[in-house]
Amino acid sequence: MIIKNKSIVNDDWNVLRLGEGDSPESVDVPSGKIIVPLTVWQAQRETLQQRSEVGVWLASDQRAEELQNDLAMFSVIAVDFPRFGDGRGYSLAYHLRTRLNYHGELRAIGDVLRDQLFYMQRVGFDSFAPRADKDIHEALKGLSDFSLNYQASVDQPSPLFRRVQRGNEL
Amino acid sequence: MYRYDTFDQQITAERVAQFRDQVRRRLSGELTEDEFRILRLQNGLYMQIHAYMLRIAVPYGLVSAAQMRMFAHIARKYDRGYGHFTTRQNIQFNWLKLQDAPDILADLATVEMHANQTSGNCIRNITSDEFAGVAQDEIVDPRPYAEILRQWSTFHPEFAYLPRKFKFAITGATEDRAAIAVHDIGLSVIKNAHGEVGFRVLVGGGLGRTPVIGTEICDFVPWQHIITYVESIVRVYNEYGRRDNIYKARIKILVKALGIEEFRRQVEADWQFTKNGPCTITQAELDRVATCFTAPAYQTLPKEDAAVAALLRDNKAFANWVKRNVKSHKIQGYAAVVLSMKKTGMAPGDATTEQLEAAAELAERFSFGELRITHMQNLVLADVKQSDLIELWETAKSLGMATPNAGLLTDIICCPGGDFCTLANARSIPLAKAIAERFDNIDFQHDIGEIELNMSGCINACGHHHIGHIGILGVDKEGVEWNQVSIGGAQGNTASLGKVIGRAFSFAQIPEVIARLLEVYVRERFEDERFIDTVRRIGAEPFKEYVYATPVAEDPKLAGAEYALLDKNKGTPYDTPFYSPRF
Repeated sequence: MIIKNKSIVNDDWNVLRLGEGDSPESVDVPSGKIIVPLTVWQAQRETLQQRSEVGVWLASDQRAEELQNDLAMFSVIAVDFPRFGDGRGYSLAYHLRTRLNYHGELRAIGDVLRDQLFYMQRVGFDSFAPRADKDIHEALKGLSDFSLNYQASVDQPSPLFRRVQRGNEL
Repeated sequence: MYRYDTFDQQITAERVAQFRDQVRRRLSGELTEDEFRILRLQNGLYMQIHAYMLRIAVPYGLVSAAQMRMFAHIARKYDRGYGHFTTRQNIQFNWLKLQDAPDILADLATVEMHANQTSGNCIRNITSDEFAGVAQDEIVDPRPYAEILRQWSTFHPEFAYLPRKFKFAITGATEDRAAIAVHDIGLSVIKNAHGEVGFRVLVGGGLGRTPVIGTEICDFVPWQHIITYVESIVRVYNEYGRRDNIYKARIKILVKALGIEEFRRQVEADWQFTKNGPCTITQAELDRVATCFTAPAYQTLPKEDAAVAALLRDNKAFANWVKRNVKSHKIQGYAAVVLSMKKTGMAPGDATTEQLEAAAELAERFSFGELRITHMQNLVLADVKQSDLIELWETAKSLGMATPNAGLLTDIICCPGGDFCTLANARSIPLAKAIAERFDNIDFQHDIGEIELNMSGCINACGHHHIGHIGILGVDKEGVEWNQVSIGGAQGNTASLGKVIGRAFSFAQIPEVIARLLEVYVRERFEDERFIDTVRRIGAEPFKEYVYATPVAEDPKLAGAEYALLDKNKGTPYDTPFYSPRF
């Protein structure tokens, strides 16, 4: 189960993570819907691009620009949060959406928790795979913590002062 | 001052509700402490030695009488009767329960306040010049920009999990009173040759383990573009700042590693995508915010007040107070007044419930209902009529807020230290007390003149020790507290970092060490030369030589049980700090 477009839905994508001793060149990519690490995509591009349903995930220290010419080939792009306190994934998502104009599914994977979902949604994530030990129904509530935001981001390309008439008295 | 509109109020209310639910989930065990820690820090809540501490945001230090009364209410209802003004121009309370935190935030929201982002690895509360709007040397009032940046940085979705904390300071005057050179981003509002308003931007300054004076990244960013420009700085930092080592995670390390030219190139490359975009500040928005900071209804007053002039001649105590604590004002007949929170015997920056309430009343009686909290941990009434100075002085004296020591030796900047803070290596507050008692002679202090003594209980430098003319840093040697002494630091336009004079001293030696430093100064100074200028002229060597020439005796009073050393090997020597207004 994942959260997608603000609902809890079944999901049949698998995420491939390299184990110890695996190399991007030689790792066996299982059949079916699979989200592979960027390094595997780069190493096995020739074969992987023949497949109809393939996704790729970026580690927090990788760059969105690596996918610049390949965006159309993926049904999903995921960004991995190694720890929920690692905020690089937010700028990665922002780049994918605003600079590379990626419009497909953008999924948060890894240490994904309820209290980070609101900001993740703002920077362009539209699907979330909350950590397996957490209640996904609880996590869903995290998307509605705020109804208003001061600043622009992917979800609101304009800051509040351009969206509304400000200055109405209390 | 800035007044919330319905949007500000709604966002603040939604934040309170969010945190209330997070606290509920922590108390029920749904959230682990590790998961909750980041959330509570971003709401200003620390866990300290004795209890939870809440750091309330006072945007750019500006506070109304109603807000000051709310602090008194919090001190009385939830704390132990006092609060502590900080070097970030905030106020913190030391004795709170986690369960009460959501109610406190809800109470604060009723007076348009919050504790958002006063801790954590995010953009912190923005600090500014305590004389903004009234200073004679002001070029542009920085407060509307500070408020616009406050709103931009509040809950910025991309920058809540930066590599490390991120601090802005902003000034609009010729003389920098906001220490902008030691901030992650330092802004000064200026006018270019065409009279257009913009910002000189410094980046990568900071104190802490690796103190660095900020470097200019841009000499003029037009005001319309300041949001997009600083957003690009923070974005590059978020992407490339180090996350493998907490001590190398601040932006100053990234700027040093890349070099300012390469860092600037990356920022400008990012900025090209957003410059002139929707985040460009509109004239309408600037006008809306600036309206909140227009001048109050000043009266036309004579330049001098006869009664004040007479008392200045006849009463030395009053003259001392005016000399140190009364500052010039851009409007004739008005003055800005520093209410000293550094009376000997009080912890620097501490205010009791009674003082908080009294300060609110003074603001209403004498200063259009507003106050400022300074990064020197004092209060300022910014708009006082000269003709009210005598009455204000009498009242402030009776409240213990008229010590004539602003900018003098006992106007010590001091962090909470080992009495409260889990990070501290040494106790700062009792040491500040010992120093204040040793030099508790106002004539002596006036003779020594302007000097800044800054103390931090650990390398994180909350007490700004690197930029003290004399700096004291608590260090840990095998679990026992020691104090390193530096000289030659300074804030302001000629900011500099102090240099350690030699091996560390015990708690009970420090007052004597300071006495020796002052003796060298008195021996060497030219007429009207400040301590810092003497240090700069003759160098640190004569000071070092004299301090270490003969063994420094420990003050027997300070070696007694009351001042028992903080010895982490033996655990904390007390359940509650002995030195605070309520003990």
